[in-house]
Amino acid sequence: MPLPTKDILGILADNLNQRKSVLPMSAAKTTRWAKGLDLPKGGKTILYTGHMYQLIPVIDAMAGQMSKLEDSPITKMMGLGRLGNKFINMTFFMGLLASKADQQDYDRMLRNIALLLKKANVEFGYLYGEELYSGALVYDEGIDGSFAKHAQRVCDLLKKHGVTKVITVDPHTTHTLRTAYPQFVKGFDIEVKSYLEVLAESDIEPTQQLSDALTLHDSCLYARQEGVVDQPRKLLGKAGVTMNEPELCGKNTHCCGGPLESLFPSESHRIAGNRIEQLKEAGDNITTMCPICLVGLRKAAKGSVKVNDISDTLAKVYGV
Amino acid sequence: MPKVSSKLAAAVKCSDEFNAAACMHCGICTAVCPMGYEILPRKLFRYVQVGLEDKVKENIPNIYSCLLCGMCSENCPAEVNIPENVRFLRKYINENEFNLS
Ligand code: SF4
Ligand code: SF4
Repeated sequence: MPLPTKDILGILADNLNQRKSVLPMSAAKTTRWAKGLDLPKGGKTILYTGHMYQLIPVIDAMAGQMSKLEDSPITKMMGLGRLGNKFINMTFFMGLLASKADQQDYDRMLRNIALLLKKANVEFGYLYGEELYSGALVYDEGIDGSFAKHAQRVCDLLKKHGVTKVITVDPHTTHTLRTAYPQFVKGFDIEVKSYLEVLAESDIEPTQQLSDALTLHDSCLYARQEGVVDQPRKLLGKAGVTMNEPELCGKNTHCCGGPLESLFPSESHRIAGNRIEQLKEAGDNITTMCPICLVGLRKAAKGSVKVNDISDTLAKVYGV
Repeated sequence: MPKVSSKLAAAVKCSDEFNAAACMHCGICTAVCPMGYEILPRKLFRYVQVGLEDKVKENIPNIYSCLLCGMCSENCPAEVNIPENVRFLRKYINENEFNLS
């Protein structure tokens, strides 16, 4: 039996309305990555994580539970789950299942990004515990009323801090803030750029050359909606990296399947399996630029090839 | 005889978001779609355009199975914004079937 679409969407929307995130996490968890980096609070330009990297270890732990439910009679009771979730933040408890090693892994990727921006002499702050999730998933699922309210909330927060430019770290937050917000928030005029675009425009220089050949998996949103195709290639190319491109790359990239993880986990895994096979034909050292692509493709690869986030590669070659 | 719904047809007509009028039903979108479902996205849009609400409702899981990946629209000769059309259908179902907005 498939997971009950209506009830899962209900839980996501209730959480966004009541707790300002689809999967509410404590501020301690969303800000832990920034410990010791001395990033100023707020500022005209800020790094905006949108909680995506921090959420992956939680989503991953929950997804394991959900795919078990996909073939279980318990799915019928999901409506009751939604009722209970209104009173107790159930996703918070499921989040406690997140693995510590995974959390450290994803925190390190965010630290890499902040250090790369510092090395490129970009001045930026961070909103720490005040930062909010972007609402990306609720937008994708077409729950537009809840999304519009949330987008306004994020816009008000940015205005309150006098932010004029936001640097994002993943394609989903980039797309939601840059392309969706202006359609839902009147007069939204905050500049939104991905850190890959910011770094590609800077004069950051590598500290070592890498003779490795990498296979880049383009994110659908970056490549087709946000025009981020050349920037990662430029940054890797500067360090001597050669590209083993898969047949479907750049604007014709093939999805990792990640967007289906919460409603149709087995279909999501089927698509990830297809994509990893295409990537393996091109090379055995795969690089992603989205935490959702990373977790899905890593699982699909089952250790047969390396799958890493581009922030780890960039941190290595640019010496941060 | 399939039922034609005036509600869905009216919602589609007055929406800026659902726009598949330029579609020439070439089927390229379905051929390149990673999901490999017969209905995604061309046939689904056909049902919407002719107002076959029952057919649309029968296919609710397929509508939520779209990845919004944009492979279809990237290759569409008529430049139909397919992911935005799918989002519109989700919005319609959320509001009219799931009581969610
Ligand atoms: S590719 Fe475009 S024109 Fe062709 S069937 Fe699909 S939506 Fe219609
Ligand atoms: S956006 Fe949806 S319909 Fe289009 S190719 Fe991707 S999964 Fe298929």
